[in-house]
Amino acid sequence: MPEGQFKEGIAGGRLQADQYADNFSDLHPPLDHHEALVESDRCYFCYDAPCMNACPTSIDIPLFIRQISTGNPIGSAKTIFDQNILGGMCARVCPTETLCEEVCVREVAEGKPVQIGRLQRYATDVAMGENKQFYQRATATGKTVAVVGAGPAGLAAAHRLARHGHDVTILEARPKAGGLNEYGIAAYKSVDNFAQAEVDYVTAIGGIDIQNGKALGRDYQLSDLMRNYDAVFLGMGLGGVNALRADGEDADGVTNAVEFIAELRQASDLASLPVGRRVVVIGGGMTAIDAAVQSKLLGAEEVTICYRRGQEQMNASGFEQDLAAANGVTIRHWLQPKRVIAEGGKVSAIELEYTAMNGEQLAGTGERLTLVADQVFKAIGQSFVPAALNGSGAEIELEAGRIKVDAEGRTSLAKVWAGGDCIFGGDDLTVSAVAQGRDAAESIHRSLAQG
Amino acid sequence: MADIRNNFVGIKSPNPFWLASAPPTDKAYNVIRAFKAGWGGVVWKTLGEEGPPVVNVNGPRYGAIWGADRRLLGLNNIELITDRDLQVNLREIKQVKKDWPDRAIVVSLMVPCVEESWKAILPVVEETEADGIELNFGCPHGMSERGMGAAVGQVPEYIEMVVRWCKANTRMPVITKLTPNITDVRKPARAALAGGTDAVSLINTINSITGVDLDSFAPQPTIDGKGSHGGYCGPAVKPIAMNMVAEIARDPETHGLPISGIGGITTWRDAAEFMALGAGNVQVCTAVMTYGFKIVQEMIAGLENWMDEKGHASLDDIVGRATPNVTDWQYLNLNYVAKARIDQDACIKCGRCHIACEDTSHQAITSMVDGKRHFEVIEAECVGCNLCVNVCPVENCITMEPLAAGAMDQRTGKPVSPIYANWTTHPNNPMAKVAAE
Repeated sequence: MPEGQFKEGIAGGRLQADQYADNFSDLHPPLDHHEALVESDRCYFCYDAPCMNACPTSIDIPLFIRQISTGNPIGSAKTIFDQNILGGMCARVCPTETLCEEVCVREVAEGKPVQIGRLQRYATDVAMGENKQFYQRATATGKTVAVVGAGPAGLAAAHRLARHGHDVTILEARPKAGGLNEYGIAAYKSVDNFAQAEVDYVTAIGGIDIQNGKALGRDYQLSDLMRNYDAVFLGMGLGGVNALRADGEDADGVTNAVEFIAELRQASDLASLPVGRRVVVIGGGMTAIDAAVQSKLLGAEEVTICYRRGQEQMNASGFEQDLAAANGVTIRHWLQPKRVIAEGGKVSAIELEYTAMNGEQLAGTGERLTLVADQVFKAIGQSFVPAALNGSGAEIELEAGRIKVDAEGRTSLAKVWAGGDCIFGGDDLTVSAVAQGRDAAESIHRSLAQG
Repeated sequence: MADIRNNFVGIKSPNPFWLASAPPTDKAYNVIRAFKAGWGGVVWKTLGEEGPPVVNVNGPRYGAIWGADRRLLGLNNIELITDRDLQVNLREIKQVKKDWPDRAIVVSLMVPCVEESWKAILPVVEETEADGIELNFGCPHGMSERGMGAAVGQVPEYIEMVVRWCKANTRMPVITKLTPNITDVRKPARAALAGGTDAVSLINTINSITGVDLDSFAPQPTIDGKGSHGGYCGPAVKPIAMNMVAEIARDPETHGLPISGIGGITTWRDAAEFMALGAGNVQVCTAVMTYGFKIVQEMIAGLENWMDEKGHASLDDIVGRATPNVTDWQYLNLNYVAKARIDQDACIKCGRCHIACEDTSHQAITSMVDGKRHFEVIEAECVGCNLCVNVCPVENCITMEPLAAGAMDQRTGKPVSPIYANWTTHPNNPMAKVAAE
């Protein structure tokens, strides 16, 4: 029987113990002091800077970089946190290559943008390392706000509301706060339990009570919140995972990628985490990449991402695709799953069909391909589950399956705001969720101030 | 192949690159390493008179300023003249000159401002068979407090007097090294010439404090909590030095007086610029203290390559070529009109030209055109100041384009005059010389 890396089926302990630590170390190690000074000097301090306009939270990037260059990382961190209290995590997980760094004039000029994300991490690391708190709560207003979900949107909203003097209760279904920052990010992007450190940093302002294990629709209803609080912010994210729509997808070894990623993040011993010898990931977004790369890093021999469209249509950024390739993941395009083949109830292979554009329509060509696999990850998107909102009496208006909000984050229900992945128009980015939570909080504050 | 052999007031060296009197030339060990690396000559670090050697501080002697990647931009020192025994220095000078006859060795001197002191030192230096002497009238710290160095260099009468003593008491060529810590560098140069100097060398270092420690509130470099102004040198001082060289080169009273150029010279190009402004050769210090002696290889090859490319056969073809183009402001052509032009293909849209012009100058560069981020010059507002060129991070993206004679200057609404006209005849000048009618 093959052992170690070549164990058949889904198994843990494929690698030597020390390899796990190496494989899951920081993807982008922090800049040291001198590196930060050199990198910050590359910033041109652009007028009406494109990077700032590309940032969903509109961080004053040229200013914070200039503050690093003058030896003022604390002031730099405040510039960042003024706009984005989760600037530490965003520095780690933002796809900067499609946001600020994509439009950096040095990217335009020489294909080498200023490393804005790593500089942001440098400054926020300094401030958080010193536990430097920049904000104090305004005089207590006596108003209470319920926040559903302790993810990026909920935390950003809570912090801003607490600053304005309101008392915030966050109701979180999971055992830990942080949302996708805690459960949905590849481990090598957020090492050293950073998500929890950030939750502590954000809540240190006071006036934020996080209650874990409280799921909307199970433990309480929206109507309860509307009755008991002056305002409600919904930031519960996406609860559903899209199905493959392939025959046999309930076989053992077919797993939701988001669950695998969450399990990996929570694992205290990575060696104990089982992974297939031959893994196929279905999907073309960040989740597919995270699941594929981490499978490889856990010791899977062969990992293949199958995406039903071409490379240009992949939601995963070019950087992410390169990262996958560099880790030995094969990305195959124009393939859609048709049938999961099982032996004894366990996945043994997956049959796929080639696809092509038929005019505007994607269609199968009829040509089939079978890939041997002992584990299949579904990463073809998540969906909002509105069921939890039911039972509240009033119906909240949806748009394309997600909560409909106006420009300020107001839902169709009075006193109820929403932000993050659960709203229509959300783009699955931490940084966008932060912006929506923050802006909804400002709207709530204005509303509460009017009485 | 261009001939870069140098003959400076009769002192011959295989190239025009000398090491300035400074720590790199304090002893035979360093000088031999420099000659092996290819340096054409050295000015041996300043000797003082016979007696107990000077003492230096035992803490930091140097301070610096840096660019972001710790590129050294300016260096400051509070080191004094050689702290080695005079006889040791003289023995070493003699031996090195004997071993390296094709290289120039000039000995820098600083003794008290009395004739006896100079009369005593000159024969013993002559005995080494060194090629010449350089009078250190520039050292701005320490020695100046004792009536030497810059204390002499700041008083033209003293310069003239000491130079005369030296010329009267030695057959060696005399190079007078000038301090920049003075209002008008032409005055000491004229005084040196009046005393009979063979050449001047400049600049010595500039009085400076490189920084202040904001915890201890002590100036840097810091000796036990205190600091003293030191002499500033390195790339940061080059523009100041070049102006002083040009001032002496174009001064009718000193025109033709050989100049050894010093001040931040780091590359062949720096050297060529000094020589074009009138320096017969150049002296280098900070660059070797930063990178070591090997840089002379780049300087030699770079100078030769440039001269070959441009068809300059020897150093005589380049020395002083830019001097006639240095003039007074009042003689600049006020009918010359240039406008900035932005190469849109090269522009990376950082907007620095816009904000510099908008906030601090003439509101002559757009930031938005038809709703799009777009930077272009508004000719009707552009005064041709060149600030946008200077702040643009992309070389040659913004250029200053002269308007041809007859072309309309949109700012003034008048065609560009083909006639050279300067301030001396300008109607707004109350002192204008009106042409006879």
